[in-house]
Amino acid sequence: MELKRLLICGTAALALAGMAQAEPVKVGMITTLSGGGAGLGVDTRDGFLLALKNAGDAGKEVELVIEDDQQKPDVAVQIADKMIQSEQVDVLTGIVWSNLAMAVVPAAVAQDKFYLSTNAAPSQLAGAGCNPKYFSVSYQNDNLHEAAGAHATDAGIGKVFIMAPNYPAGQDSLAGFKRYYKGEVVSEVYTQVGQTDYAGEIAQIRNSDADAVFFFLPGGMGIAFMKQYAESGVGKPVIGPAFSFSQDILPAVGDAALGVKNTAQWAKDLDNPANKAFVETFQAEYGRLPSLYAAQAYDTANLLLSAIAKADVGDADAFRAALAEADFPSVRGKFSFGPNQHPIQDYYVREVVKEGDVLTNKIIGPAMTDHGDAYAEQCSM
Amino acid sequence: MLLAEQALNGLQYGMMLFLMAAGLTLVFGVMGLINLAHGSLYMTGAFACAAVAAATGSFWLGLVASLAAAAAAGALVEIAVIRRLYARDHLDQVLATFALILVFSEGTRWLFGSFPLYLKLPAALSGAVVLPGGLHYPLFRLVIIGFGAAVAVGLWWLITRTRLGIRIRAGEADREMIGALGVDIARLYTIVFALGAALAGLAGALVGTIQSVQVGMGEPVLILAFVVVVIGGIGSIKGALVGALLVGMTDTLGKALLPGLLSRVWDASSANTIGASLASVLIYVLMAVVLILRPQGLFGARG
Repeated sequence: MELKRLLICGTAALALAGMAQAEPVKVGMITTLSGGGAGLGVDTRDGFLLALKNAGDAGKEVELVIEDDQQKPDVAVQIADKMIQSEQVDVLTGIVWSNLAMAVVPAAVAQDKFYLSTNAAPSQLAGAGCNPKYFSVSYQNDNLHEAAGAHATDAGIGKVFIMAPNYPAGQDSLAGFKRYYKGEVVSEVYTQVGQTDYAGEIAQIRNSDADAVFFFLPGGMGIAFMKQYAESGVGKPVIGPAFSFSQDILPAVGDAALGVKNTAQWAKDLDNPANKAFVETFQAEYGRLPSLYAAQAYDTANLLLSAIAKADVGDADAFRAALAEADFPSVRGKFSFGPNQHPIQDYYVREVVKEGDVLTNKIIGPAMTDHGDAYAEQCSM
Repeated sequence: MLLAEQALNGLQYGMMLFLMAAGLTLVFGVMGLINLAHGSLYMTGAFACAAVAAATGSFWLGLVASLAAAAAAGALVEIAVIRRLYARDHLDQVLATFALILVFSEGTRWLFGSFPLYLKLPAALSGAVVLPGGLHYPLFRLVIIGFGAAVAVGLWWLITRTRLGIRIRAGEADREMIGALGVDIARLYTIVFALGAALAGLAGALVGTIQSVQVGMGEPVLILAFVVVVIGGIGSIKGALVGALLVGMTDTLGKALLPGLLSRVWDASSANTIGASLASVLIYVLMAVVLILRPQGLFGARG
């Protein structure tokens, strides 16, 4: 008797399951949620979750698995293997750092998984190493630095002192800046990764005849440099990519950042409906202003949802075509993919301002329009 | 002029390393303990200072809080965890104190959130001053040099002129014997550990004002502090001071001068890249040379 009832229940449940919609798309998010870089991963996660929430029922078609990579390549690789093999995700996303992306992305796409980048976009994956299953929704790593170079040229800065940490992204940064800067680079300095004291570099800046300083120092390095630079009394203007002036670290830099020009493809005051909704709902949900990383993750989630609405993730070609259309309301306003599946978009010059007590960025003008990247030609897809 | 400024920078950097290394070498020398969590105590000091300074508006109260919080955290950790490790070998100590790093990091993140904190200099200490010779130099860096010197003198006085210092030195030399003479070793160790922690906390608070106050801020400095301890000789405060100044000078002057020197041989861009890479290994070369010539370190008593 019991057995019979159980069977009936089971059959009914199976029938119900069959009637329900197609299986949700399983997305694995690997991002940094502990340690010093956690702020970036937390914003990535929160931006992505917010997009799913704002999408209502459509958002429920994504089943999200989130894991912490501890900012370590080996951990990221382990998580990716687990997500691909035992959890059988369809799409991977979320990695903040380029060295982690290089460890995970090539293997993931080789195993036929889609990878949508919310941030890291190393040149290796944009040129010869491009892949039909890999999309960068953020930028190509050089872009923000190129925009800073273009801005420095437009602003008529004749001589500039440039500085970045001595690792691949740092070298790409200075190369990107110089690609669009027409003035004279009086000094090019590589600092150590993780360096916390910049007295030596500041002394060099003081003694150079540069008119301005361009620097790329992500995370805590940028906080340390900006505070020490402000204390030093060297008054030369500073420009840089948005990373050291992003909403996640501006409060820690403090007034030292006021007035600094930085370049990005997004700012919270970009005037379009998608962005207004994003900034408002983000503040309501989390009680803080969104950073660049949150905006990029929000766009990534919306891109994914737009593709899910059009194609089945099991049909790789159709799904890829749906992604490539980039048919979603981007918080950046204009957004499309180039031939190597990296963004073609506008870049802006932002200025750090104070709104009440809160430090944030305000757009003061365009830096580059409809800009792709330098590696697209090397990509053969 | 540039060289003078860089030399001052080297001195300041060395003093900063000394604040960190002094506590480490004290604990290492007296208790024979490798404490990887020293960087976490440094972080504790910085966060305590930032939190109290933000709540009260006073940097000085923050500084006091950093000392108190780090010393309290140190004493707590010593009683709860470290005490069980003295008899174990160094590998167990490394493992347990590494676990403490993770506990401290995630605990701090849990308390203060994932985003870096803001810690501002008091107005009286900010800005640059003009030194004799017309050199503009940030006032706060001079203050750090002052703090470092004061700590060096204070420790020298403590170790050589006080009863506690005698016990510390005796504990370093023969821990069974001073136990047999009726000194409460357990309490002595807790005091020494808390003292080392307080120094780390002070360093964290001072350095946090000109750097970023964030989770994981202690680890890069910890590695350098170990280099300083090894160069100076384990357990020697004087060694820590000399070692820290050597490392500070070598690092700063290396970074400042090497690219310029190399540009006489190579073109500017490769000189920059090679110079930067070479400068970053210079202190390890220094350590290797010291270890070859004096394996016990410059002022180390043990072989």
